[in-house]
Amino acid sequence: MTTKLFGPTTILTLAALGLGILPAAAQSPIKIGFVSTFSGPQAAIGEDMRRSADLAKEHLGGKMGGKPFEIVYEDDTFKPDVGKQKSEKLVQQDKVNFVTGYIWSNVLLASLKTVTDEGDTILVSANAGPSQIAGDLCNKSKDMMAGVKRTFKGEIKGEDYTKWPDQLDFSAELAKIRAAKPEGIFIFYPGAHGVQFLTQYSQSGLKGQVPLYQVFSIDAITLPQQKDLALGILGAQEWVNDLPNDANKKYVADFKKKHGVYPSFYGAQSYDAIMLIASAAEALKGDLSNKDKVRAEMKKANFKSVRGDFKFGNNNFPIENFYIQDTVKDASGMLTLKTVATAVTAAVDPYASKCPMK
Amino acid sequence: MDYLLLQVLNGVQLGLLMFLLAAGLTLTFCIMDLVNLAHGSLYMMGAYIAWTLIGWTDSFVIGAILALPATFLLGVVVEAVVMRRLYARDHLDQVLATFGLILFFNELVRVIWGPAGKSIAVPQFLSHTVEILPGLPYPAYRVAIIAVGAVVAALLAWLVARTRVGMLIRAGASNRRMIAALGINIELLFSLVFGLGAVFAALAGLMAAPLTSVKIGMGDDILILAFVIIVIGGIGSIKGAFVAAMVVGQIDIVGRAFLPDFLKTFMSSAAASSAAPAISQVLVYVVMAGVLIWRPTGLFGQRT
Amino acid sequence: MMAALRTPRGLATVVILLVLAVLPLLTQAFDQRYLLSIGTRIVIWAIAAVSLNMILGYGGLVSFGHAVFFGIGGYAVGILDAHGVSSGWIQWPVGVAMAALWAALVGALSLRTRGVYFIMITLAFAQLLYYVGVGLEAYGADDGLNISRSRFAGLVDLRDKASFYWLCFALLAATLWFCSRFANARFGFVIRGAKSNDLRMTALGFPVFRYRLAAFTISGAFGGLAGILLANEGAYISPAMMSWVKSGDLIVIVVLGGMGTLFGPLFGTIAFFVLEESLPPVLNLVQKGWGEYWQIVFGPMLVLIALYARGGIDSLFGRRHG
Repeated sequence: MTTKLFGPTTILTLAALGLGILPAAAQSPIKIGFVSTFSGPQAAIGEDMRRSADLAKEHLGGKMGGKPFEIVYEDDTFKPDVGKQKSEKLVQQDKVNFVTGYIWSNVLLASLKTVTDEGDTILVSANAGPSQIAGDLCNKSKDMMAGVKRTFKGEIKGEDYTKWPDQLDFSAELAKIRAAKPEGIFIFYPGAHGVQFLTQYSQSGLKGQVPLYQVFSIDAITLPQQKDLALGILGAQEWVNDLPNDANKKYVADFKKKHGVYPSFYGAQSYDAIMLIASAAEALKGDLSNKDKVRAEMKKANFKSVRGDFKFGNNNFPIENFYIQDTVKDASGMLTLKTVATAVTAAVDPYASKCPMK
Repeated sequence: MDYLLLQVLNGVQLGLLMFLLAAGLTLTFCIMDLVNLAHGSLYMMGAYIAWTLIGWTDSFVIGAILALPATFLLGVVVEAVVMRRLYARDHLDQVLATFGLILFFNELVRVIWGPAGKSIAVPQFLSHTVEILPGLPYPAYRVAIIAVGAVVAALLAWLVARTRVGMLIRAGASNRRMIAALGINIELLFSLVFGLGAVFAALAGLMAAPLTSVKIGMGDDILILAFVIIVIGGIGSIKGAFVAAMVVGQIDIVGRAFLPDFLKTFMSSAAASSAAPAISQVLVYVVMAGVLIWRPTGLFGQRT
Repeated sequence: MMAALRTPRGLATVVILLVLAVLPLLTQAFDQRYLLSIGTRIVIWAIAAVSLNMILGYGGLVSFGHAVFFGIGGYAVGILDAHGVSSGWIQWPVGVAMAALWAALVGALSLRTRGVYFIMITLAFAQLLYYVGVGLEAYGADDGLNISRSRFAGLVDLRDKASFYWLCFALLAATLWFCSRFANARFGFVIRGAKSNDLRMTALGFPVFRYRLAAFTISGAFGGLAGILLANEGAYISPAMMSWVKSGDLIVIVVLGGMGTLFGPLFGTIAFFVLEESLPPVLNLVQKGWGEYWQIVFGPMLVLIALYARGGIDSLFGRRHG
């Protein structure tokens, strides 16, 4: 059983896929559309992202490249079709220069064409990075599991992709886990589902018998609800809140001062997304009329990322480190995540070579 | 074998929750001739109200018990303000108005409780497992749901079969005009029945809350399933609703627990896992269509 | 035609049709791309609403699963596209035929039942296909599927928003024309007669069931057409197209506009979309931030319409004659 987990969920996608570029007049102010989930059980994630994006705006003094900018938030309600409509609205009605946010791969996939078709908006995904955008893989979902299978050595006893997002009752799956007696369980349940699974996992009495490994299922958002149940469960992530770089220290400290809780990696990515846009705007002195130049500047990733320095690969997915994290209590008894080890240094996602984009 | 038993129990538990929801629906339908799409909203409101009360009282049991009269009151108010005006109208008006109520309640919850949804923790004294058979643990909370569900179902059966209110309900189911002729206070009976339905819905909602989560629209999809149940069982029949709920509960669990393994024998495991829950849902509707072709008024419905 | 202009109803209808006919020119002149997107959706939904009105409005049959035809039309396009059949000349007839076939099947089973059973069966069959869509892993399951728009080589490029809009508008006009013929023919007479008293119609010797089945099938076919257009509009299909809430929306639209009237569904669709787009900003004017909660106003509006305004928008123009 290996704990070396990393998936193709590389995090910051620059959708330079659509190339129909219309020369847009240099508008002021700069507008950034932010599509995320602000309602339903997963709203906490969206809220964390919104706070982080607002914090980025605050840190930038409300300006990038000398121009004021505003962020327009839209709620995708966790539904691909709604996310698509909201993206359309942002692009066509609000005429934003960038769209970002996007927690979910399926929402991003549905919205992608709508945004890139229009040509004068650039899409920067803050979290979602489905493999079919990364490469030419046609598998629509289940990326997380595929990522595990690729690096997992040993026998996979059973795979269950639960009906998501509807299903929050894992009794059938847990009974099956009990029957299969595996050496470990690997889960990918972001947000509220992570809370549920962990609760039912410990209720079922499996905790202590079968160890659990997770990605995206324990974070600063879910910890207040998972509480001590999360202690000692390992996971992998490209950002942990104790990463020792200056940008990250400032971000985490200010976030905690303002909201009293730790930010999550969703928030960190949102913060980074705004900072990335700002770096391009800065380099071009606020003139975003040439989209090719904007893309080129963004690709340089010339800014202080909270996840430390990283580069973009040829498919515009980032090449970055992945860390093993553990759940611990901080000095004040508050639950938080701590870096245990660096799992992979400068991980190029496995789909990069399939991407024809140069 | 153990695995099978656990799944059957899960199905029973789901079926009992569905029955609580369907019972209120079938009561309001057979007595008031009302198609109430907003019944799922009462399920949701029950869970949210329980969340608040549990927070105030710091006790799951007290909060849950207090939530029941609170939703009864809510039910009575909704009945007096909107439903009462719909009894004499045709089904289309009822569908339209109660569809509007769904939108209203979903949004109301967003205003009061925020968009994020809430979670209710399993009460401490039930957060362990019990051995239902030697070497076969089962979560105590689920055992509790089954117990409460069974008791309430028995109570309801007693209420309908043995009491004066039950007599009126049965009279109403077979002949609506007869109740009026009996000279009893119709308005009082109607608001009582509607309030009772609200309580059952709320009970289902708050008991399901620790297993799912309390969120906006949580009642919308389960409502459709409750409608399927009363249609399979025969509208107006409590017994029919019970039988149908059990059947639907088992179909759902079988679909989730056994279909994937079966499907994996001839398709990829990802495809199987995505198809299986969908197939179990499809099965529910196929069963319903089959029953209706065989018996157009449901299993225990009145022949016309 | 000139006579029609003299009544408020006729005047409003003509003005609306004229505005819709030149909408792409208007949105281009005022640089409002988004309005054209909304306009396209209004026209497509209006086709579906007109088709639902054939059975709900004229026939009095409360079909609570009409959005399923969006799904059938959409998935016909999407599935064929996924297998390399991109020609609209194949996709569209297949989509319409599948929708008609499904409608005939559901109609044959459900039209034997009455009242609430009919409502629930139509709903259940729609849910059935919804879950089939959710289970179709090969076509995106509940994530949906990005598709490329149907091709009509040399004739029209659906990627061009204005051309696509005009195509949709022409199809709406055709649907309305068909519906007016339908309503005034002997066929429509039987359907409408059976709505108020189907025993009498049966006694008069009309095979009411067969007439209703035919109406249900035709209505489904037009619903499928709307689904085909909807899939092409967004270049995207997903099971959400046929969720029961969409079926509810369609009923709302038909009642809002005026049941059993020719242009009622069109009025209803426009009103529905305009409310959806304008209630939030209006509420934001009252108090900033309220716009998010627009449905708290919209919901009770539906209750009031059900209780007091059954004639819908059409009745605002006064009583119909003849």
